[in-house]
Parts: sequence; C-alpha cells; structure tokens
Amino acid sequence: MIDTPLNLLGALLLVAGAAFLLLGGLGLVRMPDLFNRIQAGTKATTLGTLLSLAGVACLQPDWGLKLLLIGLFILFTNPISSQVLARAAHRSGVEKSSLTSIDRLAEDQGAQP
Amino acid sequence: MAKARASVLLFATLLGFWLLLNGSLATDVLVIGVIAALVITLLFRDSLAVVSEFRATPHALITAPSYVFYFLKELVRSNLRLASIVLSPALPLRPGIVKVRTRLKSRMGRLLLANSITLTPGTLTVELDGEWLYVHWVTVESEDVDAATADIVNGFERYLEVMYG
Amino acid sequence: MVEILVYLAATLVGLALLLALYRFVKGPSAADRVVAFDVLTIVGITGIVLVALAEGRGIYLDVALVYALLSFLGVIVIARYLERGL
Repeated sequence: MIDTPLNLLGALLLVAGAAFLLLGGLGLVRMPDLFNRIQAGTKATTLGTLLSLAGVACLQPDWGLKLLLIGLFILFTNPISSQVLARAAHRSGVEKSSLTSIDRLAEDQGAQP
Repeated sequence: MAKARASVLLFATLLGFWLLLNGSLATDVLVIGVIAALVITLLFRDSLAVVSEFRATPHALITAPSYVFYFLKELVRSNLRLASIVLSPALPLRPGIVKVRTRLKSRMGRLLLANSITLTPGTLTVELDGEWLYVHWVTVESEDVDAATADIVNGFERYLEVMYG
Repeated sequence: MVEILVYLAATLVGLALLLALYRFVKGPSAADRVVAFDVLTIVGITGIVLVALAEGRGIYLDVALVYALLSFLGVIVIARYLERGL
C-alpha cells in the first residue's frame, strides 16, 4: 500500500482501534467480577471496533458504506447485549466483587420480592 | 395522521438500511428494496413503532447531530478512563449499583438513554423498571438517587428529551 | 509504513483475542464465559475486516456483518436462558 496521507491516517486509526480492543481484552482478564468485566468488554470493544472500521474505511474508501453499516450495527447492539447479559447475571445471582459498595437493585428487590 | 407519519419514517429507515447494505442505486436493487420495505411497514407497523418515535421537528433535527457529537465525546472519555483503571497496577475500583430516574417517556428514548449510559464513563445499565434505571458504576461517586441522576442521566436526557420526549 | 502499521494492528487484535480466550476458558461462571464470547466475536469482526483488507475482498465484509448479527442474537438467547435459572 502507498503512503498517502489518507492511508497513513487510516493505518493510525486502525492501530488505535486495535489498541483499544487489546485494552478491552486486558480489562476482561484483570477486572474482579462479572459486571466490571462487562464494562471493560463493552466500552473498549465498541470504540475499538469503530476506530478500526474508520481506519479501514480510510484505506479502502469504496467500502465506506458497508463499514458504516457494520459500525452502526455494533454501536446499537453491543450495549444492548451487555445490558441483557448484566440483567440476566444479576437476576441469576452471580457473585459480586467484595469491593462492591452498594447494590440498590438487590435492596429494592428484597423489599418487594 | 400520526400513524401515517410513523409509517413513512419506518419505511424510510428500512429503505435506508437496505440501500446501505447493498451500496448501490441500481434499478433492480431499488425496486426490491421499496417492495420489501413497503411489505414490512404494512405488516409490522405497530410492533416496529419504536423505530419511528423520533419527533422529526426542526428542533429535534438540529439536536440529533449535537447528541451524536456529545455521545462520541463521552465514548472516548469513557475509554480513556477505563484504560487508566485497567492499566494501573492497583486497579482502583469502587463498584456498586445505583438507582437513577429518567424523565423520558417514549420507549426508544429510554432505550437510547440506557445504551448511552452503558457506553459512557464507568456506567452500565443493569435493569430498566419504568422510570427507574439501575446502573452499575465502576467508581461510585454518589449513592443518592438525585445526585446520581444528575451525574449519569442529565447529560444525555437534555438531548433525548428534545428528540423523543 | 502503512503496511507495518496494519501488521501491528493485526498483532494487537490477535493479542486481544488471546486475552478474551483466557477469560473464556477460565470462566469461572457461565455468564463470564458469555461475556468473553461476546468480546471474542466483536474482536473477531475487526479480524474479519482486516482479512478483507489484506485480501482486498469486499465480500468478506458481508461475512463480518452476518457474524455480528449472529453473535448478537446468540448472546441474547444465552442471556434469556441464564435468566430462567442457572
């Protein structure tokens, strides 16, 4: 590939996106409990994917529309699947980290089971 | 009247996605897209009404881009903060689940709010219950309902209220 | 230069996959594995897009799109299953 400014920008965006993906993976390994892992997993992978897709769009402008579609899809579905998963985990009583300070949801559910 | 407008919006959304998916404006693609979008609109108008709750007033149309911009800014900020937490050896966490309230009434508005919360600094929507949202927070800063609402919800609600109500 | 950066990005994506795979194998709960699966597929989408870039084949983007769709549905279905009791 030729080093035009646009290509260079695309490659840099791609590396930045991949770095966020790696960060997401690292958070997934390091975080102490499920909810924190979901947080690390969702946020970092969403931004990471969006940046990577933007980078590829700079490298291959013809693919722009389809990449935009993939990006929009990820942007909408990623938080939804995280929320559904977090809710399922909370309802099925997954263990929370000992660092957890409060849990209003458990309190409210205890009041009216 | 409102129903007709909702149908038009739904049709336009569906057709827009079809065209993005195909990435071409050839006649056959266009014809199939129009037919498919029309059929889906007629069959599922009521169950897909969520898509067309967007108000499409001039004010809402101006607000939408600033909402997207604010959202992207928060997304980047959230990632930088998460990065600093994940990369620091001590892993400075103070997680908890707080309760916040939203003024939004429409389903799409609430969905977008929940999604926005999930993608922004250290917060993750765990449960939606009417006007109440339960939010997991990596570093709890305020346990009080009103203070947490001010911290987490208000930034997005400002925009979404105009767009969806 | 561009090529080196693309290789670097591919390496980082590969490392991210390994980390997510570690969480997938280790668990400990089923929900943890689902989170890891979710991250694996989303990182995988970037991986597929990178393969498309390397091979210069736009058709692979459709594969990525369908993969995203399936992983979303998969996670939703598993979450519904977990909700009914674990």
